[in-house]
Amino acid sequence: MKYLRINDLKMLALAMVIFAVLQLLITGHIMSSFWQLNLIIIGINVIMSVSLNLINGYTGQFSLGHAGFMAVGAYVSIVLTTNFQVPFFFAILAGAIAAGILGFLIGIPTLRLRGDYLAIATLGMSEIIRICIMNIQYVGGAAGFKGIPHHTTFAWVFFFMLFTLFFIKNFVNSTDGRACLAIRENEIAAESMGINTTKYKIMAFTIGASFAGVAGALFGHAFYLVSPNSFTFMQSFNYLIMVVLGGLGSITGSIAGAFVVTFISAALASWPEFRMIIYALALILMMFYRPQGLFGYMEVTNTALFRKFLSKPAVKTATDNSEKGGSANG
Amino acid sequence: MAEAKEDKALLRATDVSEVFGGLKAVADFNFHIDKGELVGLIGPNGAGKTTAFNLFTGVYQPTTGQIVFDGKSIVGLKPYQITQRGIARTFQNIRLFSELTVLDNVKIAFHFHVKYGLLETVLRMGRYFTEEERIDKEARDLLKIFHLEDKADEVAKNLPYGAQRRLEIARALAAKPKLLLLDEPAAGMNPQETKELMDMIRWIRKEFGLTVLLIEHDMSLVMGICERIYVLEYGQIIASGTPEVIQKDPEVIRAYLGGEA
Repeated sequence: MKYLRINDLKMLALAMVIFAVLQLLITGHIMSSFWQLNLIIIGINVIMSVSLNLINGYTGQFSLGHAGFMAVGAYVSIVLTTNFQVPFFFAILAGAIAAGILGFLIGIPTLRLRGDYLAIATLGMSEIIRICIMNIQYVGGAAGFKGIPHHTTFAWVFFFMLFTLFFIKNFVNSTDGRACLAIRENEIAAESMGINTTKYKIMAFTIGASFAGVAGALFGHAFYLVSPNSFTFMQSFNYLIMVVLGGLGSITGSIAGAFVVTFISAALASWPEFRMIIYALALILMMFYRPQGLFGYMEVTNTALFRKFLSKPAVKTATDNSEKGGSANG
Repeated sequence: MAEAKEDKALLRATDVSEVFGGLKAVADFNFHIDKGELVGLIGPNGAGKTTAFNLFTGVYQPTTGQIVFDGKSIVGLKPYQITQRGIARTFQNIRLFSELTVLDNVKIAFHFHVKYGLLETVLRMGRYFTEEERIDKEARDLLKIFHLEDKADEVAKNLPYGAQRRLEIARALAAKPKLLLLDEPAAGMNPQETKELMDMIRWIRKEFGLTVLLIEHDMSLVMGICERIYVLEYGQIIASGTPEVIQKDPEVIRAYLGGEA
């Protein structure tokens, strides 16, 4: 299994190269500030879509409230940095923990529901979070929270994104991840194979929620003002589009989905009313011609190109699955 | 139901009944299976055989009565807890993890026996590698027994029907049960496959020191390998005993063929 570790290191090295190139473009002012901001948003969206994929794609629990957890992460961290001068890193951590705890508490009752019912419950939950924030004057209410220190840089986003990808990739390729997959495939069979399905649904939901908290914290510090309007139902829906477009159950897919959707919305920045039409059209076409999403269950590391780059297992038989090893590139 | 027998029985159901609304699916069900036995449960369609299985595995809770496994009551436990105590099953209508590979199907069932924590998973350190290596090897060994080793990387839903049935048994064995429940393992198999399956069940039982309870409609299989047979009709046990006794039992002949034999 040594080859897995070598592959992880190779992917890490590749990620560093990508980071160096992009950072150079930014510091050398070759990239315009518009695209710099978009790069940050892409990173945040990757964290959001990959963590949502853990819940929706890998565990098969249809959650529609991811923006709610993002809001919790964002507000907790901006209050800590702005009002209490907590270092950025710890503020992000606190945001993640707060969102995780909330995910855990909300998960216990709602994950008893299935399919559409779960979707409606999580949607309601994220709206409740948003409206609660709107009515707390301490955080600015509906007008939003102003005067946030501008901490989020490309480096912060990139490394947190890398951590998220590695975390979720390793989780999915473990016995816990397989338990989640089993729940998606057949809950009754999973239960009769000795898997505590409730525990793993809540675990996936909690992990997903905490990463949404991380994304929220990064998002909050990317702008000078954060308002509850940034975390509406449409936002949750946006992340769902990324996941479905990329492929439920593929990390590579989530990354690709985040890229495509963010690019489309950046390119259409001047015609925002067209954005939703194009999303909807893209989804309809997708459902017709490629219902499994761009990548389906595929990982980029399973393609021929990457196989050459990555070390092979010593024995020919070792599983391809664990080679998902490094879909973790930027 | 003498006290002395209590120790020998691996699974014992006493006066169990299961009522769905006004329908008594299973009534006054008294049943035991001793360590190492291979017992068959037969009966006409709708007799309550699968309901009995669902009671043993915690999918249903008995309306009345007691079920004791390995000296402890299992009434009120969740299915996964019962599996962890040592009862694994297959399903009448195959329930594989159909989009996953054959190997992953088996690996999932090892879940309860994997010893590494979330932190070791995420950081890929500690016991993660050694444990994953062990599961991989054990899963492949199991696949070999069921002649599925060269299909390890195939998606489970693409396997032929007979192979899917075998994979279900392999997966159940990966949970390392003491008692294996097989719900119509030969359904849809041709005579040749059924014969191979019979040999395989005999072999795994010896190899793994298993106790096996099976539901089956294929009489050649039931009569060929079971040491003891229970016959259910309308939720009640109408006969039990060795295959020879069952074959001659007038009640059983009546239940299966009708008339007043």
